[in-house]
Amino acid sequence: MIKKTTSTLIPSLDKAKGQIIKLSEKTIVKKEEANSFLTNVADVTLFLTKTTKETFTRDFEFKEFLRQCFEIGYKTLPLISITGTIMGLVLTIQSRPILIKFGAETLLPSMVAVSIIREMGPVITALICAGKIGSGIGAELGSMKVTEQIDAMEVSSTNPIRYLVVTRVLATTIMIPILVLYADGLGILGSWIGANIKGDVSFLLFFSRAFKHVEFIDFIPAFTKSFFFGAVIGLVGTYQGYNAGRGTESVGKAANTAVVLSSLLVIIIDMIAVQITDMIAI
Amino acid sequence: MINQVKNSKKVVEIINLKKSFGNQIILQNISLSLMEGENLVILGKSGSGKSVLIKCLIGLLTTDSGQINVFEENMNSSTGKELALLREKIGFLFQSSALYDSMTVRQNLEFPLRRIKKNLTENQISEKVNEVLENVGLIESINKMPSELSGGMRKRISLARTLVVDPQLMLYDEPTTGLDPITSNEISLLILDIQKKYKTSSIIITHDIKCTQKTANRIIMIEDGLIYKEGNLESFENESDLLIKSYFN
Repeated sequence: MIKKTTSTLIPSLDKAKGQIIKLSEKTIVKKEEANSFLTNVADVTLFLTKTTKETFTRDFEFKEFLRQCFEIGYKTLPLISITGTIMGLVLTIQSRPILIKFGAETLLPSMVAVSIIREMGPVITALICAGKIGSGIGAELGSMKVTEQIDAMEVSSTNPIRYLVVTRVLATTIMIPILVLYADGLGILGSWIGANIKGDVSFLLFFSRAFKHVEFIDFIPAFTKSFFFGAVIGLVGTYQGYNAGRGTESVGKAANTAVVLSSLLVIIIDMIAVQITDMIAI
Repeated sequence: MINQVKNSKKVVEIINLKKSFGNQIILQNISLSLMEGENLVILGKSGSGKSVLIKCLIGLLTTDSGQINVFEENMNSSTGKELALLREKIGFLFQSSALYDSMTVRQNLEFPLRRIKKNLTENQISEKVNEVLENVGLIESINKMPSELSGGMRKRISLARTLVVDPQLMLYDEPTTGLDPITSNEISLLILDIQKKYKTSSIIITHDIKCTQKTANRIIMIEDGLIYKEGNLESFENESDLLIKSYFN
């Protein structure tokens, strides 16, 4: 009897032991995940606090800020020129047949202008910049971290947050709205080119019709959200680069995460901005 | 040389330093001092905690416990500004040279100079840059980008960048790692030259015995995060301990 009980008890004890081990392993993994999440939240908070603090210090790195404005703004112009023009051109070619169907062809310029100014221009420009500028900043700062250049800066009595982060974040925050305005202008020009492929309309007529239904208030939400897009692209890029790991693999990872995360945040900010604009009925 | 530095004052004093990453203890009970004008070599195999020690010393890493005094100032209790002022007196040669990729050699040298010695005129800055580049024998590379330089040249330029602000204390992190024997020898001689010319005190982190033999006034050997032996070159070379022998034979 005792033998029988022992023989049935031992396997069930082993099973229970195995389950306890599995459970404790799972608990350790979950604990590590929670710890890692909390560490990341703390890192982001600390980074944002330091960046904000260093933005308002007296020793602002103005020369580096201007260099970054040139790198971010001027060097992105060709890419924005091409995408801006194509954006207007494609939008016109795609919407023209439908508008003709409803006999509203004359509304084409203003429709295109409103969609470019309010939505397409800011979002497409921000996404292009997230790809080009965000990845560039992430990779640059990431490789500086890996090759100890950030440490070298720190031991040379230079604050790397002030020199590398603040200048880049401010440059993206200021330059991206300017690039958005530039893309808007070229988008409308592209739209005029598109309208002239199957029709004949003078630039002046097209332009005056385009801005017939566009009001100054249309620019405000679009321009305002562009500043947030710029700030997010700069912050995500610098954060990913600045906190890259020690190996060369982490440089690629930083650049990639910078693009993915900033693109996602651009879309989320756009959604929030549209909701706010709708609520206050601008 | 050792007797010469014995009477001078302490530039660096480390008392019972402990440093760990998570559960892994890297350094424990490290106590050492560096005298004025002395070249102290910290010897040890890769992963023994040498680089961590030197990074704690410059404040790039925080310590778990212990005290670090540099120029009689407690690094642990220094504020950001005090630490920055203290770092102005310290030169750090990184293992990877750490030259700024986006800047020319001239701009690399001007970068710390403009920030630390703010009252220099453009002419004085230019003169100082030329002077240190001549001292490391690379004046012709002044307008080159770091990507155009060889490993040895990068090391020399990095050395020039630390010297340009006239440091009183030099920290060398593996100065000869990854270099061919001839260039390694040149760097070792340059370290000696700097000691004489700029009257610096130095801590040299290395596992290169030839560099140690050329530059050391005193040697501290670190093994598994602990001080294994301290002494002069002669005492190390005559040591019967197998681990020490494996380095010197």
